[in-house]
Amino acid sequence: MTGAQILIESLKREGVAVIFGYPGGQVLPLFDKLYDANFNFILVRHEQGAAHAADGYSRATGKVGVCIATSGPGATNLVTGIATAFMDSIPMVAITGQVKTTLIGNDAFQEADITGITRPITKHNFLVKDIKDLARIVKEAFYIASTGRPGPVLIDVPLDIQQQEAEFIWPETVEIRSYKPTLFGHPGQIKKAAKLISQAKKPIIYAGGGIISSGATLFLRELAEKIQAPVTWTLMGIGAFPATHKLSLGMLGMHGTAFANHAITDADLIIAVGARFDDRVTGRLDAFAPKSKVIHIDIDPSSISKNFRVDVPIVGDAKNILGELLEQIKKSPDTSSWIKEVEALKKKHPLKYKDGEKIKPQYVIEQIDEVTKGEAIITTEVGQNQMWAAQWYKYNHPRTFISSGGLGTMGFGFPAAMGAKMGLPERMVFDIAGDGSIQMNIQELATCVCNKIHVKIAILNNGYLGMVRQWQELFYKRRYSHTCISGPDFVKLAESFGAVGIRVTKKEDVRKAIEKAISIDNTVLIDFHIEPEENVYPMVPAGSAINNMISGLA
Amino acid sequence: MRHTISVLVENKFGVLARIAGLFSARGYNIASLAVSETLDPSISYMTIVVEAKDEKILEQIMKQLNKLIDVITVTDFTKKEHVERELVLVKVDYSAKEKAKLEAILQKYVGKIVQHKDDTAVIEAVGKEQQIKQLLESLRQFGVKELIRTGKIAIEY
Repeated sequence: MTGAQILIESLKREGVAVIFGYPGGQVLPLFDKLYDANFNFILVRHEQGAAHAADGYSRATGKVGVCIATSGPGATNLVTGIATAFMDSIPMVAITGQVKTTLIGNDAFQEADITGITRPITKHNFLVKDIKDLARIVKEAFYIASTGRPGPVLIDVPLDIQQQEAEFIWPETVEIRSYKPTLFGHPGQIKKAAKLISQAKKPIIYAGGGIISSGATLFLRELAEKIQAPVTWTLMGIGAFPATHKLSLGMLGMHGTAFANHAITDADLIIAVGARFDDRVTGRLDAFAPKSKVIHIDIDPSSISKNFRVDVPIVGDAKNILGELLEQIKKSPDTSSWIKEVEALKKKHPLKYKDGEKIKPQYVIEQIDEVTKGEAIITTEVGQNQMWAAQWYKYNHPRTFISSGGLGTMGFGFPAAMGAKMGLPERMVFDIAGDGSIQMNIQELATCVCNKIHVKIAILNNGYLGMVRQWQELFYKRRYSHTCISGPDFVKLAESFGAVGIRVTKKEDVRKAIEKAISIDNTVLIDFHIEPEENVYPMVPAGSAINNMISGLA
Repeated sequence: MRHTISVLVENKFGVLARIAGLFSARGYNIASLAVSETLDPSISYMTIVVEAKDEKILEQIMKQLNKLIDVITVTDFTKKEHVERELVLVKVDYSAKEKAKLEAILQKYVGKIVQHKDDTAVIEAVGKEQQIKQLLESLRQFGVKELIRTGKIAIEY
């Protein structure tokens, strides 16, 4: 077999069904073989779209997403997408072409040292120097990407390696002596945690994306119910616990609910699972959860006591540890008065907005939630649209909220929606976008229309780069430096791509437009003209304690 | 505080760059670095000396080192019993009138002359950090023309 055939055969053995990519000079042999292969290959319109689509596919399905690009500019165009996946621990394999091994380092045409460039933003990467290593490298890449703390892996395949011939030998198992993720928690630590939980009076569960990647949502729910602890979550943890559950507190942190932020400040025990005490969650560290003991469950030892103190660290897979912990908790604490306290906080500081004549973005999202009965997959761009989507849609299932949490990549949501829809074609997929973000990867409308990937896009169009404008309003004396952004006529734009565009300027038309978009068997873009200077509240100013929030409604 | 860290790694291209990257990304300078193959040629041994401005950051670097796929083990020798040595080569003035004085110093410290020609001698010294430091200070009077150090290597016992 040629290297290109070995690569394709290896992808098949890994169960790859969908590939997002873009051809080019240094992947010609590979693409020649792809011509006959049975993958569902989606030709994107920009390599960044391929990376985000592979990422969205992975987030929606839990499988490893795959993208392919050529060397040089093709590879560098993947970089933002790879970094996005890395920050959010998303399993992905990116395959890039490279110039011939004899030309590497010679500044050859379309040459870039992509393994060098992606070293700090991949879990691991490979440059294939010998065709005999190729099958093993693919096997290892998928294994590394999907085990332990997941993440993106890049394989750089020089042109001559794709062309050379070798026997195909598929390694059935992987043995990497230096890579052995800890999957099971230390029994002693789990016992200690169980004891702390039994003694707690005001426990709170702080759930992160690790719950979702480990598939631990049912155990989490069981734990919360067993010990009667309220549950708050991070942006990445949305969907880890049902939003409509009575123990749910919603998201915490900078734009979290006020009651979640107050509750964690008052708690005497934090059970952190698959979360990393990110600065957007903790606010000012010395004021974060001052009265609380901390149990921190995480698969990545480097997440433990990186940002915040810990009393009982437990390294391992969340699902295994929660299962074990549930067995070890012999006596559930009595939290009835704590639950009452939390209920009072919920009543005192509800999540709210001031409705008005103009279309409010929160209203749009509530309507999408109602029309889709909370069962759609929501992707977001980054900024206000992302925060409103996180606050106002009620997510009851894992893998239904897909958003760039760590890196905060504008332009992520639309290609990610495309990827999610390819993974789960029977599901309704909505990208909640801003008018700024959507313009960053708008070219993928062509991909969607051409491949009949019928996602729906809801643009919350305020004519601003809204989140930056909000900060300028609050902290830079309303000096709106370069945040007023004009866009195209989105309806005509959608039509020019062969999609359907709907413009909504009146509040009473919001729901009809959503229903219409769902009923149309095509990619539909709805351009909601919203209140231009609406802000996301509550808000913790950067560097403040998280219980010190601006509500904006006073 | 100065830390001596040993890292056992896969003997492959790119591994050193991954390791160096973890230090440089956090603005940490590597004071010395020695790398070589072990008895098993598929494994390399690195001894890294680093000045930790903040112990928490160093702890994070150690954890990140452990996370690298190609890293087998990471050990901080600072709190462990170990032997450490460094080799230096020093080129000094070796004129006739200084000979006796130089040889006396070398007897006292760890160095020896391994090569000399005309007015120049190359001194080799192997020792602990403090011994090397003392030798270099006492050699200064002879006019050190050039100095090369291997960086520290360390072994646990």
